[in-house]
Amino acid sequence: MSFRRILPWLGASLFLALFFFLPLGRILALGLDLGALSGADFFHSFSILRFTFLQALLSTLLTLMLGLPAAFLFARFDFRGRSFLRTLTAIPFILPTVVVAAGFNAWLGPRGWLNIALMEGLSLGVPPLHFVGTLGAILWAHVFYNTTIVIRLVGNALTGLDPRLEQAARSLGADTRKVFWRVTLPLLRPPLLAASLLVFLFDFTSFGVILMLGGVQFSTLEVEIYLQALTFFNLPLAAWLSLLQLLCTLIFSILYSRLVTRTGVILAPRTNPRRRPHTWRQSAFVTALAVSLALFYCLPLFSLPLRSVLRLEADQGQRGEVQAGLTTSYYSELFINRRNSVFYVPPAQALGNSLAYASLTMLLSLALGFPAAAALARPGRLERIIDPFLMLPLGASAVTLGLGFIVTFNRPLPGTDFVLLSSPMLIPIAHTMIALPFVIRSLQPALASIPNQLRQAAASLGAAPRRIWREVDWPIVRRAALSAAIFAFTVSLGEFGATALIYRPDFPTLPVAIYRFLSQPGGMNYGQAMAMATILMAVTGLGIMGIEQLRLPGEGEF
Amino acid sequence: MHQERKYSMGRYSLVLFAFCLFLVSCSSPGTPVLTVMTHDSFAISEEVLTAFEQENQVKVVFLASGDSGAALNKAILSQDAPLADVFYGVDNTFLSRAVEAGIFEPYASPLLSTIPDEFELDPEHQALPVDYGDVCINYDRTWFADRGLDVLASLEDLLKPEYRGLLVVENPATSSPGLAFLLATISTFGDPGYLEYWSALKANEVTVVDGWSTAYYTNFSASSGRGAQPLVVSYASSPAAEVIFADPPITEAPTASLLAPEACFRQVEFVGILKGTRNRPLAEKFIDFMLGKQFQEDLPLQMFVYPVNQQADLPLEFIRWAQVAKQPAMLDPARIAAGRDGWIKAWTETVLR
Repeated sequence: MSFRRILPWLGASLFLALFFFLPLGRILALGLDLGALSGADFFHSFSILRFTFLQALLSTLLTLMLGLPAAFLFARFDFRGRSFLRTLTAIPFILPTVVVAAGFNAWLGPRGWLNIALMEGLSLGVPPLHFVGTLGAILWAHVFYNTTIVIRLVGNALTGLDPRLEQAARSLGADTRKVFWRVTLPLLRPPLLAASLLVFLFDFTSFGVILMLGGVQFSTLEVEIYLQALTFFNLPLAAWLSLLQLLCTLIFSILYSRLVTRTGVILAPRTNPRRRPHTWRQSAFVTALAVSLALFYCLPLFSLPLRSVLRLEADQGQRGEVQAGLTTSYYSELFINRRNSVFYVPPAQALGNSLAYASLTMLLSLALGFPAAAALARPGRLERIIDPFLMLPLGASAVTLGLGFIVTFNRPLPGTDFVLLSSPMLIPIAHTMIALPFVIRSLQPALASIPNQLRQAAASLGAAPRRIWREVDWPIVRRAALSAAIFAFTVSLGEFGATALIYRPDFPTLPVAIYRFLSQPGGMNYGQAMAMATILMAVTGLGIMGIEQLRLPGEGEF
Repeated sequence: MHQERKYSMGRYSLVLFAFCLFLVSCSSPGTPVLTVMTHDSFAISEEVLTAFEQENQVKVVFLASGDSGAALNKAILSQDAPLADVFYGVDNTFLSRAVEAGIFEPYASPLLSTIPDEFELDPEHQALPVDYGDVCINYDRTWFADRGLDVLASLEDLLKPEYRGLLVVENPATSSPGLAFLLATISTFGDPGYLEYWSALKANEVTVVDGWSTAYYTNFSASSGRGAQPLVVSYASSPAAEVIFADPPITEAPTASLLAPEACFRQVEFVGILKGTRNRPLAEKFIDFMLGKQFQEDLPLQMFVYPVNQQADLPLEFIRWAQVAKQPAMLDPARIAAGRDGWIKAWTETVLR
């Protein structure tokens, strides 16, 4: 094993070793004490594991059921509103759970529009629909959050599939169904498995959705770790549960590595063209699916911007004097530091901080992830062993990792008085840790699909390595790279994982501002939270559209 | 050729890693700094803080560290190399955990003389009281008026059939007001009497949610979330906040608190000097500042809590709309320390399973 072969993934590995394995190792070493646990603890932890696994499995299957047809829709068909709808599916990914819960509640809750309509329509005395606080709400929310992963990963591969393969099958007499099952689906196996793994791990470590939408009777490993570590300060049990969660993640990742065929899909550096639907079946498919997706995403999402400009205070306090109606005061109020608080954040500054963190995260995770994915795409023995470990940050408990940061980075770096734990740099670092597995899993199948002969042909024609990269590799992996960038960007904007548990120095972000508003009573606070959430949604949408427009200098549309 | 490409990528990844280390090691300039670790709800007016900073020629940095439970655990975990000089925000429900872990250095501030003894729950003065607030049931005034239903008069009333399904509470395992309300029921009904009370409350269809934001904004009918329940566990100061943050302005609060004897639990929040501080004199000054009149008068409208300093005047809004329980439930910190985890677990078994 030469040093040169190690170099490409060295950056990512060192990064994870320093910011993931070291803090995790330290907190587990500090807390883990199996002797301190009782038989009941073990029994309890396995029953929680069972529920965690089952809800994640169900959620993943449902996500695939919606995500696969949606991926086909976006990859194969042109229709009005396509790119808007596609961007819309990525928005939930960044929204704080408390805001999504508010969105769901506004139309499915006990006094949501749907229940009120049903109560009035059927003259019922009690709301007929019970949504919040059920297993159904958990599954629904997981599908809502994660379908975008399937749409992006599988959709990219579909767009890049060499159309001649399907054409050949068809000319040999296969019908549409047969082409799908025997040609398209097998070719989609690697990105499909990658997407399933990512979705599964997200559901497996789910926390906010379980607490806020599932209600308090459901408990996953992550919820239980939170309770044991923060409420009961029972570090031995928290450490054991974290270890259990980590081992499961490792097993799933190894399974994935085994299942993925090394050969990968052959992606042609050309686009499998999108067409307008031309048979009535296609039109029906496109219309039905596009409308369902639009409803699925718009109803909960659009109640937020609606509430940010709508006053509903009419039946509060002294009725009559207070008029309901449209208002912009929630937005204008964002710009006023009414209470003269030291912690007031002007919206532009919160936005700036959010974007700065997201851009840093995007750069850092792409820069670390690209070489690593390139190396893992042509794995030797060592890469095969390392591969599953790179997924671990996605399956690690954010609570445990946050505590690990505290016991690891609370001292000044040797020779300085710099403490990483109270530095704003820790935030993009923590975000990068979560984004890195996404970036690697989006890029690796694409990079693996590049036929080596193409590169060799280019080289034999005298192309320099940089030129080969630019004219052979990049056109093939461009879509995957953009997806990777978008994932990193949205992961950071949405403040996933361990950042909730590390310190927030002087640079509050949009989600932090939203939480601040929602921690005090009053119509103005609620309205401003909705206004901030609307800004966050708009920025994310614009950011995603912007990244999709990115091209290398001199690169044309193809 | 292939090898070369890999090599260039590898070299690039090394450069990148060096860049990360560089970013990480960029130090901040060395000005005299006092670091204060707090929970996320901490707030202070600019002019009040500036007055302290100018008087003492110091820059105060706040480390917001999560909710009060998370912040305390962080302070405990990092006690071998404390990140801050002062810690604010441990309350009487978790006071014992802080004191037992030994994260504080005692400091008998001269200003303790302005604070009633009932708030001085730590006789060694490791933790000094700063503010208090009552966790009470808030009710939707319009909802009850419209239905001609009497507002309940005690915690026992919640078990009556006319109040079936009207109350939303926070899970005491994940929420600080949730824990405070559980402690109010323990103070009223005793142990194990509180479990019978909660079984009956469960039978009367109490709704349990994860935290205050969900309870108040998703479930409570008088909030902007337009929820289903007209009764919520919140603070006695919440009606005042409803008026202050109303849009457009209103003159009467849409909500009110149930202030019956023993129906509210009084939370007292403490500050302390973290053991191992290198700024002890400044830390003492900051604690005196927090107990002093200026900060104490700033507290109510920033954090919606009451000052413990009896010389501090309340803002008009508080005098008009906020209420204090005359006879709040309080439990001895030692009793809370001994019982807390067991109570939460027993509650979970009774109400959630």
